[in-house]
Amino acid sequence: MHSADLIVIGAGPAGMSAARRAAGSGLSVLLLDEQPAPGGQIYRDVDRASKTRGAILGSDFIDGLALTRRLAHDNITHLRGAVVWQIEEATRVNFTRNGKAELAEGRRILLATGALERPMPVPGWTLPGVMTAGAAQILLKQSGIACERAVLVGSGPLLYLVATQMVRAGVPPLALVETQTKADLARSLRHLGGALRGWPYLLKGLRMLWELRRAGIVRHVGATDIAVEGDRSASGVTFRVGGIEHRIACDTVLLHHGVVPNTQAARSIDIPHRWDDAQGCFAPECDEWGRTAVSSVFIAGDGAGIGGARAAALAGELVALEIARDLGGMTERERDAEARPLRSGLGAERAARSFIDSAYPPYAGALAPADDTIVCRCEEVTAGEIRRTAGLGCLGPNQAKAFVRAGMGPCQGRYCGLSVTRILSDTNGIPPDETGYYRIRPPLKPVTLGEIAALAEHETAEVGK
Amino acid sequence: MKPDSTFREIGPQTDRVTVRFGSSELSLPRGENLAGALLVVGVMPFRHTPLSGAPRGPFCMMGACYDCLVEIDGINRQACMLQVTEGLQIERPSIKGAGNA
Repeated sequence: MHSADLIVIGAGPAGMSAARRAAGSGLSVLLLDEQPAPGGQIYRDVDRASKTRGAILGSDFIDGLALTRRLAHDNITHLRGAVVWQIEEATRVNFTRNGKAELAEGRRILLATGALERPMPVPGWTLPGVMTAGAAQILLKQSGIACERAVLVGSGPLLYLVATQMVRAGVPPLALVETQTKADLARSLRHLGGALRGWPYLLKGLRMLWELRRAGIVRHVGATDIAVEGDRSASGVTFRVGGIEHRIACDTVLLHHGVVPNTQAARSIDIPHRWDDAQGCFAPECDEWGRTAVSSVFIAGDGAGIGGARAAALAGELVALEIARDLGGMTERERDAEARPLRSGLGAERAARSFIDSAYPPYAGALAPADDTIVCRCEEVTAGEIRRTAGLGCLGPNQAKAFVRAGMGPCQGRYCGLSVTRILSDTNGIPPDETGYYRIRPPLKPVTLGEIAALAEHETAEVGK
Repeated sequence: MKPDSTFREIGPQTDRVTVRFGSSELSLPRGENLAGALLVVGVMPFRHTPLSGAPRGPFCMMGACYDCLVEIDGINRQACMLQVTEGLQIERPSIKGAGNA
C-alpha cells in the first residue's frame, strides 16, 4: 500500500502545481493520473508534443512545460496510468495500474479532476466521425493526428483555438458553424469592464479570428437547427442561419459549447454540489481554499468551477498552502502571505470569464433537444423519453435511471447528466438545484474482478512479510 | 473497415509494430495512443451498441465516454486509454458482451 501526506488525483495544471507547492512545503505527495504522461487534457503529453508540434500548438500549450518540469521533486511520487475508481473513508484511494488494483492512504486528498466537454446532444451526434473539439485537440497534441474535411460546430474560444491549430497543421477545417448570436455579444459587452482586466485573453481571441480570416476559413454565426447527417458515419452538417438552410458535406464534425466541472469523484463521496446558473452546470461546494464538507478532501481547478488552465494552476497552489497549514507545515500567517500574490493572479485570470461566458453561451438547441434526439449515448435514451418520464411523475435524474436507464451505461452519466437535469427541470418547472443529479457510486471507472483479486494478493503478501 | 482514413498523421514517423484487429493485420506506431492509431489506418466504427447495434467510434479521447471500446483478451477496454504494443489482438466487442465494459 502507498501512503502519503497528500494524494492528488489528476496531473493537470491544478494537480501538478498543488503537488509541487505541497512538496515544497515538506509534505509527501502521491500524484495519481490516468495518462502515461503529465499535463492533463490542456497540456496533454506536453513534454513530448512541445518538441515536435510546439509551433502548431502554440505558446499557451508549451507553457505547460513549466509545470511538468517542476514535478521532479523528492517528495513527489507520480504514478502514471493510475485509474482511480474508489475513494473510501475520505482517506483511502483505490486505483488500477498496469492491470492490477492498488490502494493508497493519504492524510488529505486533493481532487484535481478537471473538466469535461459540456454534453451537446444534437441529431446525429452519436455517429462515428462526430467527436468533441477537445478530442480533436487531444489527437493533435498527443498523437500528431489531424482530422481532414472537418467542420467545427458550437461556441466558445476553444473552437477558434482548435481551428487555428488545424490551419497551422496544414489541415484547415472546412468551416466553423457558430451558435452564439450578435445579441449574445451585445449582452456580453456589459462585462467588458471586467474583461479589460483580462485583456490578454481578448487579444488572443482577436488574433485567432484574424488568423482564421486570413486562412479563408468560413464562419457561419448564429446557427440554429443543427443536425449531423450520415448513415454509418457523419457525412454532413445541416443548420440554419437567418432563415436560410445550409448543408456542408464533411467527414468529421467537432462539437463544443463549453466545458463543465468533472464532478464524478466529488459526488461519489457525497460532497454537496450547487447549480451555477452563469456557467449552466453543477459545481462542488467549496470555500476559497478548496475545502469541502468532507474535511480531509479538497478540490482545485476546473473541477471546482471553470476558470481555465492558468487559474487552475494558481488555485492548485492556494489549496496546497491550506493543506500544508492544515497538516502543521506552516502557520496561518505564512499561508496568507504566500497566498496573496496567488490570489491577485487569480483575480486577473477570472476577469475575462464572465465576458466569455455571456458572449459564448451554450447552444440552446442542445440544452432543449428535440424529442427524437439521443441524450444518453450509452443507453440510447432520447430527450422525448426523458420528457415522458416527467409526465409519469419523474422529478429527478435518479428516478430517470429507473424509468428509462438514462445514465446507467458505462460513462455513468458523464455525457448525459446535465442534459437530463435540464430537461426534467424545464419539463417539471422545478429549478436544477431541486431537480438534482445522478447519485454517483463507485467504481468510478470499470474494474475487473481480476484486478481487484490482484489487490488481495498484494495485501496478503504484505501481511506475510 | 474503410481502406482510406480521414485522419492524417502530421507528426514524425515512429517505428511500427504489428497488431491484429479482427482478421486484419495492422502496422501501428509503437507506444502511441491506440484509438488515434486505429483512426489513422481507417478503423471505423470501433464497435456497435449492444442495444440498437448502432455504429460508434471515438468521441471524447479522454476516457470519459466509452464509445471507443474494443475487446482485448476478452475484456472491453477504452482504446483511447491504451498504448500500441506489439502483438495486440483486438476485436470488436461482441454485442452480447458489450455491457461488461
